[in-house]
Amino acid sequence: MNPELIRIRDLERRYVMGGEVIHALRGVSLSIRRNEYVAIMGPSGSGKSTMMNVLGCLDTPDAGEYWLNGQEVSRLTDDALARVRNKEIGFVFQTFNLLPRATALHNVELPLIYAGLAARERRDRAMAALERVGLGNRMDHRPNELSGGQRQRVAIARALVNQPSILLADEPTGNLDSTTSADIMQVFGELHALGQTVIMVTHEPDIAAFAERVVVLRDGRVESDRLSRDSAA
Amino acid sequence: MALRMIRAQKLKSFFSLIGVLIGVTFLIAVVSIVQGMNVYMEDEFANRLVGLNTFQLRQRPSIVMEDVSDETWRAWSRRPRISYADAQFVRERITVPVTTSFFCADRMTLSYAGKQAKDIELDGAEAGFFTIKNYNISAGRVFTEQEVRAGATVLVIGDLIAEKLFEGVDPLGKSVTIAGIPYRVVGVVAKQGNLFGISLDKFAVMPFTAPARRHICPHNVLDELQVQAASHDQMVAAMGEAEAAMRGRRQLKPREENDFHLQTSEGALSGWKKISGILMMALPGLVAISLVVGGIVIMNIMLMAVSERTREIGIRKALGARRRDIMSQFIVESATLSLVGAALGIAAGLGLAWVVEALTPMPAAVAPWSVAMGVILGISVGVIAGAYPASRAARLDPITALRAE
Repeated sequence: MNPELIRIRDLERRYVMGGEVIHALRGVSLSIRRNEYVAIMGPSGSGKSTMMNVLGCLDTPDAGEYWLNGQEVSRLTDDALARVRNKEIGFVFQTFNLLPRATALHNVELPLIYAGLAARERRDRAMAALERVGLGNRMDHRPNELSGGQRQRVAIARALVNQPSILLADEPTGNLDSTTSADIMQVFGELHALGQTVIMVTHEPDIAAFAERVVVLRDGRVESDRLSRDSAA
Repeated sequence: MALRMIRAQKLKSFFSLIGVLIGVTFLIAVVSIVQGMNVYMEDEFANRLVGLNTFQLRQRPSIVMEDVSDETWRAWSRRPRISYADAQFVRERITVPVTTSFFCADRMTLSYAGKQAKDIELDGAEAGFFTIKNYNISAGRVFTEQEVRAGATVLVIGDLIAEKLFEGVDPLGKSVTIAGIPYRVVGVVAKQGNLFGISLDKFAVMPFTAPARRHICPHNVLDELQVQAASHDQMVAAMGEAEAAMRGRRQLKPREENDFHLQTSEGALSGWKKISGILMMALPGLVAISLVVGGIVIMNIMLMAVSERTREIGIRKALGARRRDIMSQFIVESATLSLVGAALGIAAGLGLAWVVEALTPMPAAVAPWSVAMGVILGISVGVIAGAYPASRAARLDPITALRAE
C-alpha cells in the first residue's frame, strides 16, 4: 500500500485583479500517493495553473492545508518554501526555462548549487543525470545549440538531479512537435516505472491519456477524479 | 560566473565601469606623481641646493618659494651682511660636531688657451664645502686647509667646464685665468646631472681667500656660512647654538626678530609642501566624485540587468534559490564589475605615472597603499552600488518572474 505523498484539504486561493476578486481555488481537496502518475486538466480559468503553483510551493493558499511528504507547507516563509522546492519538487516547464547563457551541465547543476553541494559532487551527479536522459555527449552545449526535445530532456535531468518527491510538469509537450512529444512522454513513462511520482498539468486529452489518473478542475473545484481507462490500476 | 557575464557584453561592461576606472586612475596617478615629487624634492632638489642635515647662515633667504612683498625684500636688503668675523664667531660657538665652510659666489668668466667660458658660477669656499655638498671628485683632489689659509690660486672645476673648456685635454695642472690671474686646476668634480633641466656642472670652486674674492666676496663679507651635522637632530641643535651666538653678537633684544637668516632644506621644501598639500587635499574629492558617479552608473546597469534577467531569477527561485542566494549572486556580479574597473584604473594610473616620468623631468614613485586603496574602493563601490538592485532581484515573486519575457 503506497503511503500518501500529498494531502490537500479545502485549499482556497484568491487574487485581486483590476479591482475584482478572482477565486482561483474554491476549496480543493486531493490526495496523491507515492508513484502515482496524475494528470490535472481543466479549461482556462479552472484554477489549474494556480493549483500547479500551490503544488509546486511557488504560491501559498489563503486557506486550507497542504501536506507534502509529511510536512505541512501551506504557511511556510519564502526561504523555507525555497528549501522545499529544492528538495521535493522537480519542475518541467512548457517553455523549458533553461538559462540561455549556461551549458547543459551547468543548467542541471543549478539545483545542486542551491542545495549546497560541493563542486566535484555536483558535477558527478549532473553528468549522471544527463546520461540517464541520453544527453551525456551534449553536456557542454548551450540551449540554443540543442533541439526542442533535447532542451526538454535537459530540463527533465535538472528536475530529477536532486531526487525530488514529485516531478511537476506544466504542459511539458506544449512547445514540441508530435514525434518529440511522444519521446518525452516515453521518458516520463520510464521514470514512472522506476518509482517516480509524476504530476502533469495539461489541457490536451491525448497527453493526459498517458497518465493513470486524471483530475479535472472547473471553476476552482474538482469536477472529476478518475483512473484513466487505458492504464492499469 | 560573474566574469563570464562581463566578457559576454564587453562594450556595455566597459561603459558601466568607466566611473570607477577614472576614479582609481586619478588616485594611483596623482599619488604616484606626488610621492615621486616628494622623493625628488627632498633628495635631489632640497639636498642639492642646501645639503643633507645642513643649514646656512645668510643675510637673507636665497631660496624663496612663495611670493614676498617688495617691502619685505627691502627690509631684507637693509640687514647687515654676514662678515668673516660673524661667521668665525658663530662657528667657534657650535659645540655639536659639524663640518663648516665659508661660502660666496658670483658669475665670472674663465679663460683657458684663448677660449672663454662665460657666466660660470665661481664659488669661494673652504675644504669642508665638498663634504657638505657631497661633491665626489672624479679627477685630482680638493684644496687643503693650508691652501685656503694661504689664499692659493688653485681651482676645482665642474664636469661641464672640464668637458667644454678643455675639450678632451686633461685639465689637471692646467692654468685657468680668472679676472686676469691664473689659477691651477687641481681637481674635477664628478658629474652631478641636471635639476629641472638646468645643468649642475657649470661651476668652479676656489679658496674663498684667493684673489678673485675681490669680485665675489668684497669687503670681507660672505654670502653664507654652511654648517653640516651628522643627523637631523644634531643639525637642529647646532642651528640653535648658531642662532643664539648671532643674536648675542648682533645684540638683539629678546622681542626683536633675527636680522639674519638660517636657511635649511626644509625651507626650500615649504613651497612644494604647500602645493602637494593642496593636491592631496583635492584628490579625495576628485576620487570621491568619480566613484560616486561610477557607483550610480553601475547601479543603473545592474537594475537593467535585473530587469532583463527577471525570467532567469524566477527560474532560479523555482529551483530553490533563497533570497540571500539571489542577493549574493547579484552583489558578487556588481562587485566584480567594479573590481575590474578598479584593476583597469590601477593599470591606467600606473601607465600614466610611468608616462609622466618618461616624458617630463618629474619622477613618479608608486605607493603600494594607493593600489590597495584602489582595490578596496573597487570592491566597496560594487557592493554598495549593487545592494539595491540585488535586493530588488531577491524580492521578485517567482510566479510573476517566470511569466516575464
